[in-house]
Amino acid sequence: MAITRDSDMHRARFSRNMGLGFVLVAFAALVFGLTIVKAKTGSTLEAFDHQPRVTLLPAEAPKQ
Amino acid sequence: MSDISYLERQNEAQFGDFVALLKPRVMSLVVFTAFVGLVVAPVPVHPFVAFTAILFIALGGGASGALNMWYDADIDRVMRRTKGRPIPAGRITEGEALGFGLALAGISCVMLALASNLFSGLFLAFTIFFYAVVYTMWLKRSTPQNIVIGGAAGAFPPMIGWAVATGSISLESIAMFAIIFLWTPPHFWSLALFMKEDYSNAGVPMLTVTHGRRVTRLQILIYTLVLAPVAIGTAFTSIGGPVYLAVALALNALFIKGAVGLWRRDEEVALDDRYAREKRFFYFSLLYLFGHFAALLAEAGLKYFELGGW
Repeated sequence: MAITRDSDMHRARFSRNMGLGFVLVAFAALVFGLTIVKAKTGSTLEAFDHQPRVTLLPAEAPKQ
Repeated sequence: MSDISYLERQNEAQFGDFVALLKPRVMSLVVFTAFVGLVVAPVPVHPFVAFTAILFIALGGGASGALNMWYDADIDRVMRRTKGRPIPAGRITEGEALGFGLALAGISCVMLALASNLFSGLFLAFTIFFYAVVYTMWLKRSTPQNIVIGGAAGAFPPMIGWAVATGSISLESIAMFAIIFLWTPPHFWSLALFMKEDYSNAGVPMLTVTHGRRVTRLQILIYTLVLAPVAIGTAFTSIGGPVYLAVALALNALFIKGAVGLWRRDEEVALDDRYAREKRFFYFSLLYLFGHFAALLAEAGLKYFELGGW
């Protein structure tokens, strides 16, 4: 069986593969959208890189 | 090197078979009630976050449906109505359904927690556990009260929707829970009265089989009477208002009237007109639930224009 020709198996699985592909692309788009929204609405953004994490710092005394 | 051989599987699963595992019709109720719970909450949610949250609440509901089909495959093979489901039909193996259900459950809980808050994610996990383990594994085959307690799983989505917005539980979200919880028994038992299913062959104790149809009719009436004050009382919480009160009064009066009608009916009379009244009551029960939640939605919409509420 030549690899270039579609077998019955390929045809049978085509719709399933398309469906799964669509779901994966949609999931990536969803996570990207969420990231944009979270960043834009000003959620606390913290990373584990070269700056102190806000939530781990001792609370500052209120200014007089 | 050996050839890669392809084992001819006559019934290979298509994409739609995996969708069918999620019980899409149950999902539509989950989507609607979770949406209402989220919208009526006093804290505004960004539309994209709301969309994501409802999507993953629905997917969590679907995951519990897949786990239910995995565990109940033996029952589904026996009953005529469920013989065509993907597992009994041989298109999906039991192991595949289990893996699919567990993976989806994990993804949906984690994604809900990330999109909204940790409490909602944990609440969704508890709901899936409740439906798949408490209802499907423990109660369904052991007590005729199975759907009463199992109905709680179907009643959690508006509470999760509320939790997405507020991060907590409140009187209002418990009221929405109570409406669905108390509505489930009359809804399902009226279906059991006219769907002459082979539940007894499958070893599922349905109230109509274990205690008879007379008792079932009485139980429908009792739950309808208990439901009415809860449904009407919700009008006086912060999510209620005059529009909701009017809708609730009308729907509950009709629901009780229908339940009294069912309770008074003889089995012979019911058989003669092919359970017309039972069927009407069942379809009205769908309208009943939709009407209450649509009215809550209307109150929230009116509040946006500074109308609605008390």
